[in-house]
Amino acid sequence: MLPLVETKGLKKHFRVPDGWLHAVDGIDISIGEGMTLGIVGESGCGKSTLGRLLLQLLEPTDGVIRFQQKDVSSPNKAQLKELRKDMQMIFQDPYSSLNPRMTVAEIISEPMRRYHLYKGAALRDRVTTLMNTVGLEQRLENSYPHELDGGRRQRIGIARALALEPKFIVCDEPVSALDVSIQAQILNLMMDLQEEYGLTYMFITHDLSVVKHISDDIAVMYLGQLVEQSPADRLFEEPRHPYSKALLSAIPRPKIRVERQRIILKEEISSPINPTPGCRFAPRCIYAVDECRTSNQELVEVDSGHFVACHRVNEI
Amino acid sequence: MDEKILEIENLAVEYRTDDGVVKAVNGLDLTLEKGGTLGLVGETGAGKTTTALSIMRLLPDPQGVITSGSIKFAGQDILSLSKGELRKMRGQHISMVFQDPMTSLNPILTVGDQIAEAIRLHEKISRAEAAVRAQSMLERVGIPPNRYSEYPHQFSGGMKQRVVIAIALACNPQLLIADEPTTALDVTIQAQVLALMNKLKNDFETSMIIITHDLGVVAEMCDRVAILYCGEIVEYGSLEDIFDHPEHPYTKGLFSSIPDLDTRASRLTPIPGLAPDPSRLPKGCKFANRCSMKRPECVKTDPPVVNLDDLHRVKCLLAQGKDAEQHATLG
Amino acid sequence: MQSKQTDRSRKNYSLWLSAWKRLKKSRMAMFGLALFAIICLGAIFADVIAPYPYDFQNLDETFQFPNANHWFGTDSVGRDIFSRILYGGRVSLQIGLVSVLISVTLGGSLGAIAGFYGGKTDNLIMRTLDILLAIPAILLAITIVTALGPGMFNLMLAIGVSSVPSFARIVRASILSVKEQEFVEAARLSGCNDAHIIFSHLVPNIMAPIIVQITLSMALAILSASSLSFIGLGIQPPIPEWGAMLSAGRAYIRNYSHIVLFPGLAIMATILSLNLLGDGLRDALDPRLKN
Repeated sequence: MLPLVETKGLKKHFRVPDGWLHAVDGIDISIGEGMTLGIVGESGCGKSTLGRLLLQLLEPTDGVIRFQQKDVSSPNKAQLKELRKDMQMIFQDPYSSLNPRMTVAEIISEPMRRYHLYKGAALRDRVTTLMNTVGLEQRLENSYPHELDGGRRQRIGIARALALEPKFIVCDEPVSALDVSIQAQILNLMMDLQEEYGLTYMFITHDLSVVKHISDDIAVMYLGQLVEQSPADRLFEEPRHPYSKALLSAIPRPKIRVERQRIILKEEISSPINPTPGCRFAPRCIYAVDECRTSNQELVEVDSGHFVACHRVNEI
Repeated sequence: MDEKILEIENLAVEYRTDDGVVKAVNGLDLTLEKGGTLGLVGETGAGKTTTALSIMRLLPDPQGVITSGSIKFAGQDILSLSKGELRKMRGQHISMVFQDPMTSLNPILTVGDQIAEAIRLHEKISRAEAAVRAQSMLERVGIPPNRYSEYPHQFSGGMKQRVVIAIALACNPQLLIADEPTTALDVTIQAQVLALMNKLKNDFETSMIIITHDLGVVAEMCDRVAILYCGEIVEYGSLEDIFDHPEHPYTKGLFSSIPDLDTRASRLTPIPGLAPDPSRLPKGCKFANRCSMKRPECVKTDPPVVNLDDLHRVKCLLAQGKDAEQHATLG
Repeated sequence: MQSKQTDRSRKNYSLWLSAWKRLKKSRMAMFGLALFAIICLGAIFADVIAPYPYDFQNLDETFQFPNANHWFGTDSVGRDIFSRILYGGRVSLQIGLVSVLISVTLGGSLGAIAGFYGGKTDNLIMRTLDILLAIPAILLAITIVTALGPGMFNLMLAIGVSSVPSFARIVRASILSVKEQEFVEAARLSGCNDAHIIFSHLVPNIMAPIIVQITLSMALAILSASSLSFIGLGIQPPIPEWGAMLSAGRAYIRNYSHIVLFPGLAIMATILSLNLLGDGLRDALDPRLKN
């Protein structure tokens, strides 16, 4: 299967007072059409930056982005406008992602108005259809976002993302701000939409149980780099990278009497500013040897579709 | 019978705003035994934080009003305390840890001074003695004491939350209320902080109330669980009662809303609909509009609290039969 | 905290309406608003209300103290002070309105561009305005009026330009605080260009501080206009202007203090009403105080 979205050596470095922050530092991913790639990592690992790079909201420092096999790394204005129709985003914060001065109908219709896709009654019909699709009652079309609860607001954001009939949607922590019972509603909705419209998702989150539920493949990110990538079930059965192991062992599980060995990581502060060569995780890693602190390890396929970036992957 | 550190009876709290009266807590009964850890679980607007603020008597003034009920802490009625007595109680006997460590620390004071200040607020000791105590507190929460003179911005999120916990425990309070203490933290850091809290709870013999929406945190920390919905406790019991035999449809719904890491279900079973508007609560069961087991009676009368055994109680009409059955088998 | 999450769709009111509701609760703000409304009405309907034309000189009735015919008395050439104050209000309010309009358009656009683009653009605009800010506003206005010559329009321009930096600063700061919100990225993904994002998405969200600044600046503009007229650089006689009236009457302050008292009171009442209203608006529009 041909990938819909692909990156090669994608980098984004930000200038900060102390030097360069390597937010995204050489990422290769590829997402097949109709698939979901989950990106997992903790705050500051660069997962949101990665999503914004793919959507051309940020300009990459280096590297290639391909969409439908075409290089779209530095598009001109016209290309960008065309590209945006195919790539959309569902945001984390259902409060700040909707303009508080616009009504529900105005928010959902905005992309179509900008692209002059529908007019007058046809536009109104289309908004109604979209609202139905995401499960919003039609009576809410003239409400303002602040009058609605978080779940409904997230549905507005989803309807807006669907308005241009995109092929690819970056979902940046779309359910993290929601209550569990609402989370489940939104996750189900997103999975239904994927099936119905053949959407391709990149699902960015720190919530491991959510990512396992929705993803086909999962990539684990640590300080701007991928440390492990694998089919979702495989990763949870047998994580190979020490960081993935620690991460998975740390999830508080809603179960009692479950025996498990928790790997507690010691040092918390490691910074993506002016990183030195070597594995980024080495300062916190219990298995680290001298080699880990001096040379970087690329992702290596240890099993079909299962990639790990660790010098000692075969020993531990 | 164990000594009771906290007894809440029939507590009702309202927020009086421009847009009407919001009934945040509606007739809540709760007891906490000395040394116990209670998890208050519920979603946004369920009244978890309001309950905690009522215990601390920190409800926003003048909007938040306790309209009925009593709160007894170590046998003493908190609602009748004077301002001075309340100040003494907070910090010294009851402490609170908030969700966001960034906003609960003063950015222009060193972390050590903030701990020392908390101690000196309640104990008449010299600055030097307080500093020594603060250093040992830092050590107990796993921060090297030589970082005493650093400022909060030099600490990571998890370290800041440790400092907040050190401040809260500095005067060895009998009760610690932690409001979503790890929600703002990363998973690996959360694991560290939870482990620390478990250890300190045992060291200091502190009773604890943990407010959370995360059943995973509850499973790890608590021995008693109260499930809140619309300002009422819909189910209460031991950790085993709630996790092994949840009775209330809402509790069951919460569990089925969480993706299970061990099995791969293609779809989740969410609780449909939304919680009712707290300024317009329905007459009958407040969960009825979302309940898959709803019966016609449910919308008419407020369901009674059914005691399934000594501890486990459920506020649901469906549980009534089980009560009788259980008694029959026991008899 | 609790009400935020609630389904309030049935009460379908806008943010402006709820701000108005809060404003109504503030007694001082409502007093300011009422006072300002009275002043405005007096100025607008001066033709109908004023008992005499503003330039009608009655040399038989000079220096009259307030009486039934001349409520506020007459001045040194027998003109009715009450009528002149009503007409003077027109001038003051016009100056206030137009000069604020000038500064809000100029300063607002500059501030919006500086805040939105940041970097070099921001530096260039803001440092230039800093230079302007280093000159005292009244001195700047005096310089501009002296250069261009006295007259109503030049006065408006001078006052308007002198408060451009303060508008630019406020708009820039407000833009900075909203431009990081996710709805701006969403707008970009929806195909909006920069101008559309600034004017359709950002500006509507920063109206609150702008409106507050408009009321407060208007008060300042009216005061500056009066000061400039007082020193002879503003409105020229015989057009009545409160500052000019003060200036003309100051020679007689010892014996006929009413000649300066009433224009002074008029200025004071206008400034007071606008400041009270501005403070009230600040509280009503500030979302942080929203419960």
